[in-house]
Formats: sequence, structure tokens, C-alpha cells
Amino acid sequence: MAALALTVNGERREVTSPADTPLLYVLRDELGLSAPLFGCGLEQCGACKVLLGAEPVASCRLPVGAAVGMQITTLDGLGTPDEPHPVQQAFLEEQAAQCGYCSNGMMITTAALIWRTPHPTEEQIRSALDDNLCRCGSHVRILRAVKRAASLMWEESPDV
Amino acid sequence: MSDVLPPESPSADLRAESAPSPWQLATLESMRIDDWLAIAPDGTLTIFSGKVELGTGVQTALAQMVAEELDLPLASVRVVMGDTARTPNEGLTTGSQTVRTFWNGARLAAAAARQALVAMAAERLEAPIADLSVADGAVASVEDARRRVTYAELIGGKRFDVPVPAKTPVKSASAYLLVGASARRLDLIAKFSGMPSFVHDVRLPGMLHARVVRPPSPGATLDALDESSVADISNVRVVRLRNFVAVVAEREEQAVRAARQLRVTWRETPSLPAFETLYETIRQQPATDEIAREQGDVDAAWNDAATVVSASYFQPFQAHATMGPSCAVARFDDAGVTVWCQSQGVFALRNALAQLLELPVERVRVIFQEGAGCYGHTGSDDAAADAAVLAREMNAPVRVQWSREDEFAWEPKSPAMVMEARAGVDAQGRLIAWDYGVWTPPHVGRPTGMAPQGRDLLVGQLLQGVSQPQPRAHVGGGRNAPTDYTMPNARVTVHWLASSPLRISSFRSLGAFANVFANESLMDEAALAARVDPVTFRLRHLDDPRARDVLEAAARQAGWGEPLPHGVGRGVAFARYENTEAYAAAVADVHVDPASGVVRVRRIVVAHDCGLIINPDGVRNQIEGNAIQAASRALKEEVRFDSTRITSLDWESYPILTFSETPDVECVLLDRPDQPPMGAGEATTTVIAPAIANAIAHGAGIRLRQIPFTPARVRQALAEMGSTAGDAVGK
Repeated sequence: MAALALTVNGERREVTSPADTPLLYVLRDELGLSAPLFGCGLEQCGACKVLLGAEPVASCRLPVGAAVGMQITTLDGLGTPDEPHPVQQAFLEEQAAQCGYCSNGMMITTAALIWRTPHPTEEQIRSALDDNLCRCGSHVRILRAVKRAASLMWEESPDV
Repeated sequence: MSDVLPPESPSADLRAESAPSPWQLATLESMRIDDWLAIAPDGTLTIFSGKVELGTGVQTALAQMVAEELDLPLASVRVVMGDTARTPNEGLTTGSQTVRTFWNGARLAAAAARQALVAMAAERLEAPIADLSVADGAVASVEDARRRVTYAELIGGKRFDVPVPAKTPVKSASAYLLVGASARRLDLIAKFSGMPSFVHDVRLPGMLHARVVRPPSPGATLDALDESSVADISNVRVVRLRNFVAVVAEREEQAVRAARQLRVTWRETPSLPAFETLYETIRQQPATDEIAREQGDVDAAWNDAATVVSASYFQPFQAHATMGPSCAVARFDDAGVTVWCQSQGVFALRNALAQLLELPVERVRVIFQEGAGCYGHTGSDDAAADAAVLAREMNAPVRVQWSREDEFAWEPKSPAMVMEARAGVDAQGRLIAWDYGVWTPPHVGRPTGMAPQGRDLLVGQLLQGVSQPQPRAHVGGGRNAPTDYTMPNARVTVHWLASSPLRISSFRSLGAFANVFANESLMDEAALAARVDPVTFRLRHLDDPRARDVLEAAARQAGWGEPLPHGVGRGVAFARYENTEAYAAAVADVHVDPASGVVRVRRIVVAHDCGLIINPDGVRNQIEGNAIQAASRALKEEVRFDSTRITSLDWESYPILTFSETPDVECVLLDRPDQPPMGAGEATTTVIAPAIANAIAHGAGIRLRQIPFTPARVRQALAEMGSTAGDAVGK
């Protein structure tokens, strides 16, 4: 099997999965990344999201071949427990989860949103998160966390 | 997460010698301190709990209680939950009983450990106990702080070997530092960093990936299977055991593809009732009647009523709809089988797996791993059984991941129910008669290990060619059928149905969701018919001061009685969960769009009393989550089916509330430090649907008695109201 070269969290990774394998299984099973989670396999829930460049995308049906040459970022590539990304820090401060299964998709979507729209309105936040489902009902906390993430992200350079 | 891979052998653990009997629940009398906790040489304390973390944050509350009694920093506490080889058997994690169980178990063990440690310190420091103080996991002389010995020095890595005394002195609430203060969840840092946290992340060396190819409908049997249809996929094995079909592959995507591609023919029978007339069917079924409450003389009381209202209410089948479809990993070795799964009852599942696999119970180990929030009995136990059967068949560790469609089709549903109720109010506006009946099957269909050959598990049914056994114990459907209101004449009847067309089991609050919806809708209908304010009407019939307090607190916070924007209605509901647990009152503000029929819940206020609050932010999180999930159930959720198959199979055919539809949620916590703690996992769920229904009635003048309150039903009710304008409400 010819190897595919991916760029994951800034590192070049060679994988042997066939090019039509959904990216999710390559990340989880071959590269051992546990951040994106299987939720539906139908691009309906958002649990499997990763950043492709600056775009949040569902990875559960996306062929890995289509991600070659793109920057793939997973949640653990954003930050770590010791050095959390502002989005992770904000979700922690707001305790914005219950079971945490949807958190990956929520934070990936938030990171992309506040990159593109540094100070999103309530409506922009809700609209950006609408294709991410949460069954525990953590919505009000997540909405607060997104606002906090935006202010943490840009507090040192609000005009970026 | 350190616990994704367990210690290789249970005997490596300090606790293995006292492994509990498979059937006996842990009791304080039968347990020793070491059954609940261990202190390591580095000073960290590990709590062993038979309860499990279902995403509610309850492990953090447990850690707070134990750290409090031992005066340990929260950061030195670890929690191990639900491992049949390592934790006490504390039964199922259900019914919002977990905090109570900790309070009456692990907390007392921690208090006993503290007593034992202080006694050891007194000996070591040669000081009387009265001259010692405890802080930060160490005991020190009050007079000379240099004379100090840590827990680790006293007991690190060793057993206490003492029982928990019947009367263990515990801290008083006034001395609490950790309990009652909001604590950050222990688990979220790992989850927010994408570290392995879930059963879905368990990986074993040599592990194979499996998908079960499920029948398309209940009772379907396998007709034909064409293995050549997957011949082009390498490294895939097709497993066929009577009606159980699975594909097992080295790589996950191969299993996914093979499951989709495998040509299987099933023989199906149209076993389901007509969807459109489901509630008539339910009412016509034979039932066993149980009088849940009988007081006064209801039949005579109607004569004295100035106003009588009667109505029927309808609750559909609903799905737990967990975000993470069920998953499990199993491995056989010389010791027997080990299964990692999200079971709510690892000991009960162990018994059921022993039956299924025809193994002695001692050779089955079940280890809980967190999954996505489940809110009750999902496919988790069944996935565990799938994995065990396939691991034996393949002679290798096997991971089974259910698909989204599998979970919707095969997870046990919350049952459809019919409620018929009648209330009589006298000329002074007091309830004098109440007759309530609910038609429901039992709500608990969990595996117990009592069924031969694992027939209480899906794979057992497929292997034996039998259908899902109907739950028999009359549990759950009558929950909160009796109200908490004082009235002279009342009768509450639970009409237990013998069977359900769809597989059913426990979903958050069980029958209380529908019973409180019906009771609290009828309370509103009665109040309006008697021309009494709904809050005033309820207070008039509530004697329990704690009940009155939550209702008044919710009304006050919501601004009850204040003017509302045009088109917005406000409704209230109250219940004490199970009539004996936490109190909750909700006020909902809703807007009904007359053109589209769309109901938008704008704001929900919940006042809540669960006794002593362990973790205030944890309770708020539960209240918010219950409110939003219950609003979703009230507005959108209904499992649909045709004559043969369930047709709600994904998030498009079973939509749930989205961010655009999310209401604001405000919580009022009534802390009762002098009262024992009660669970906060379900009480709020019961009051949301009726508060919304009552708000719709208030704002739009239509009474919706059938869940969910879909735009089509709203439009129909508005049209009917238009054609019967002028009729008195509820008469």
C-alpha cells in the first residue's frame, strides 16, 4: 500500500490507509489520536470535527486522500492540559460540558469561528454551532464559553 | 486517562482479596475501609466506587465528600468506578441515587479512615488524640507543628484492615470546606485536551474491529447470507451464529465497509401497531391495575364540584439518543473474559454475561469506561455482550462499535404512555376530587443475569432465536403518578400493560416525565377553569414548606405576574421527584408563531432543592442540562415506525434541540445544609414539558396534550380553536 503523507498538528505523518478511508479512522486508529470521536458517520453531529486549514470539517466521511496537502489540526493540537489554547481555557473556566463527548466538535468549531470572527454576536455563535449537537444540554455553558474564548483569545491584541 | 488500560491482573490490586459476592450489594456492615479507599505511598488517595460516571460529574462530588472527611486536597484524590474486580457492588447507577449512596457509604468509610489515621498518628507522635489536628493529608500536634506525620507515612501502600464502625463520627456541615463549594470537574481537563477518555478510546494489542450486521426489524430472522459479497475486502471475517451476524476486520474502515456491503436477506414480519393509532392501541390492551393512591371518596366528591375538567395526555416513544453510539471491547485469556463498556450496572451485566457465555461468574470481569451521556439504559450492555461473543469467536480482543442507525433502531426506548385524568374544584377554588389513570408498560428492561443464556441481551436473543423478553416487574411507569398536592379525595391508578411493541427500558425520570406532564397540565387546566392564578392554585394545595419554597422561588425569579411581550406566554410546573426526592419548579416563557406553528422556548427558570448541595456548579450544570434536554423532548422528539421497522434512525429523522433553539436557563438553588443530599440528575426533567405546555396555553390559548409540541400540532390546535371560538377553556 502506497503511503500517504499528511500534515497533522504541524507534523508530517505517513499513513498506509487507502485514500478512500474516512479521515476519522486514520486519525483515531492509525495515528492514535483520540480527540475526534465517532458520533454518527453521517456528518450530522459534529463530534468528529477537525480543522482542515482554518475550516472546521466533519472527518467521519471525508476521504483521507482529500486531506493530503492540507494542515490538519485536532483538538490536542490546539493545546494541552498544561498549555491550553484560549478555547480550551474558556471551556474549562465555564465548565462547559457534561459528558464531554461533543466537546471536541464544539471547541474545534469555536476555534475556527473566533479566528474568522474575532468578536462574534450571540446570533453568529448560535449559527456557527448549529451543526454541532449536544445531548446533555450543555448549550448555555457552551455559549458562554465561546464568548469567553473570544475575549481570552484577543485580549492582548484585540485588533488582530 | 490512566485507567483506559487496567492493571494486567486484578490480584495485583490491594483490594482483590475482598472481591464482593456477585449478587450481594455492598453494605456498611459487610465492608472494610479498604473496600472503599486506598492511600498510596505518594499520598494520593484512590476511591473505589461501584457507581459509575455517566457524564453528570458525580465522581467529582464523590471526591469532594471523601476529601472533606479526610481533610485532603481535592487534587490528591483519584476515583475508580465500576470494576467488578476492584470496586464494591453498589448496584445500578440509576434513579439519581448516586450522591445518596456516596453519602451513606464512601463518605462514612472516609470518616472511619480519618479516625484510624488519627489513632495511628497519636501512637507515632506519642501525643493524645485531643492534641492533634488534621490538615492537607497530615496529622500534626496542635502545640508543636513540627511533630507531624502524613497519611502516606502512616498507611501508604498498606491496608487499614478495619471495618467501618456502625457509628462513625463525621464532620458537621458547618465545618465543611470542600463540600458546598463549587469544584471543577476532575475529568474535563483530559476531555478538553482530546486525551483518551471514553470506552471508544480503549485500544488493546492485537485488537480487531467488529460491526454487527443487525436485523432490520424486531423479530426478523436470517434467511440468507452471501459471504462472497465481501470477498473483495481483505482481512474480513464474517461471523454467523444463528441470527447473529457480524463482520470482523483488522482495520475499522474495513469492518464498516464490509457491514455495509454484506448481502444479507432477512425474513421480517409486520409486528408493529399502526403508528397513527398507537394511543388507541395502548388503551385497548389488557392491563393489570394497581391503585397507587386512594384517599377519601372520589366517586361521591364530583357532586360537590363547581368545576370539573378532564383530559387525556399522550407520551410517545422517545430515544436516549446518546451522542456516542454504544461501544465495547472484550478480551479472553486464561482467567476468563474481561469486558470494557459503559454499563450502568457492571455487576448485573457480569451475571448476564456469565449466563450468555456459560461461564462461572468469577471468570467474567466487567470494567466500566465512560461513554457519551446515556441518561438511562442504551445499547451499552448489548454492545458489551456483542464484544464478548465475538472475542471468543475470534480468539482475539475485539472492539465493537455500534452505528448511529444501530443505536436508534435497537437501544431500548422510553415507552409510549396514555394518561387520563379528571379534576374537580369546589366553589372556593379548592381541589376536592382527582382521578388519574396511566397506561404504561414497566420501564425497566435491564439485563439482570436471571434470564437463561443471556436472553436479556440482544445477542442472546439472536443466538437463541427468541424475542426480547417483556419486562415484568411493575417499575417506573407509576413514578410521580400521585401528585404532591393535598386534597381530600383522590385516586391514582396505574394500568400496567403486559407488553410493548418496541424494546423499552429506563430513560431519565422514567414514567415521571409523562406523569408530571399530565398532572401539571391538569393542575393548570383546573386552575384556569376555576379562574385562579396557577401559582396561587398550586400553593393552595401544597403543605410541605420545601415544596412551597421552590415554587415561590421560581415564580419570584421569573417575575411571575409581570407583563410579557406580545405573543409570549408563561407557564409553571412543580414536582417532587418520586414524591420523596429532590424538589423542582420551572417557569417557562415561550413564543408561538401562529403562521408556522413553531414554539420557541425563550427562557426557563428552575428553582431546585436537593438538600445539602455538594457541588453547586455541578447541580447547576445538571439543572441546565435537564431543562434543555426536556425541552427538546417536549418540542421535537418522537420515535417513528412503520408496520415493521423503526424509521427514526439518525439525527434528521430524530431531531433534537439545536443552539438556535436553545432557551436561556436560570437556576435558583435552595441549599439545605441541615438536610441530607439528594440527587439532582432527574428532578428538573419532569417539570419542563408541563411548564412549556402551560405557557403555550397562556400565550396562544391552545392546550397541547400530546408530546411533542410540533408545529403541525400547534397549527392544528390553532385551527380548531378558531373553529370553536367562544368555548370556555377546559369545560
